[in-house]
Amino acid sequence: MGMAAAESRFHVLAVDDNIIDRKLIERLLKTSSYQVTTVDSGSKALEFLGLHEDDRSNSVSPSISTNNHHQELEVNLIITDYCMPGMTGYDLLKKIKESSSLRDIPVVIMSSENVPARISRCLEEGAEEFFLKPVRKSDLNRLRPHVMKAVSKDQKQEKHEEEKQEEKEIKSQKHQEQQQQQHQQQLSPRPSGNSKRKAMEENLSPDRTRPRYSDIAAVV
Amino acid sequence: MERNSQLHRQVALMRQSLFDQGYLDEQFVQLEELQDDANPNFVEEVVTLYYRDSARLIASIEQALDKSPLDFNKLDSYMHQFKGSSSSIGGRKVKAECAQFREYCRAGNGEG
Repeated sequence: MGMAAAESRFHVLAVDDNIIDRKLIERLLKTSSYQVTTVDSGSKALEFLGLHEDDRSNSVSPSISTNNHHQELEVNLIITDYCMPGMTGYDLLKKIKESSSLRDIPVVIMSSENVPARISRCLEEGAEEFFLKPVRKSDLNRLRPHVMKAVSKDQKQEKHEEEKQEEKEIKSQKHQEQQQQQHQQQLSPRPSGNSKRKAMEENLSPDRTRPRYSDIAAVV
Repeated sequence: MERNSQLHRQVALMRQSLFDQGYLDEQFVQLEELQDDANPNFVEEVVTLYYRDSARLIASIEQALDKSPLDFNKLDSYMHQFKGSSSSIGGRKVKAECAQFREYCRAGNGEG
């Protein structure tokens, strides 16, 4: 693809008021080779996102834990808990979608409670996915397509701006087709409606891909 | 070396019994799987964090229980946090107790 070195290391901003969950999601994300920054509230998240809007020109260092300091600290995905004091994950989602500079960043919501109304509300507001806690490694595989989609959009824009139009138009077209093919392959067996249904069906049918804890105990 | 493998066996047995008795569930295994050579103390770190956080929560809960009348909303909120943490580390029994406690809160059942 020939882009900057940081391209294959996507940066995720994780928001959760619970320290255990923050540690867990951080480890999960790092295991999947993401760069991670964790914050404990929606307001700190917005602060962080707002800060490195300016960061590209200034050098303001955020007082929030991050495992890397780049000149251009871009956030490729935001994953946030729903139930947080003050600003909920839903409130944060809304603020992000209302911001012209932030609305393209994919947002994923996590919650320990399986409330279908809550899930649909978040998805309607623009969340890409809704994860039930505790989040597992397998859930993180669902993140990739969203991150790739957002990044390839950025790449397209940058190519038009920076390089010769004629040459790069051809290249970015090919790239787009590949992405679309891959994306379609990933999407067609599992349309996005599925993730919503999966979470909702958990309540209704015992038939899940994830084994139920009570089932295991019953067998013993 | 003999002693080492004996200790290993003991630890393995203890661990298994925690699962058998329903104290731990599959989520704990998930934690163990996140541990590797690059992060050899992950489980220990998380559990330590959990104990510290839980101690703090329990102290708050005890304080709240001493008040009269009981603030069920506050108690429920503490329990929500406690349940969340317990669930994340695979603390099955504690999680169940928290759920029970929250039922009492919602019913306004101080005796429970």
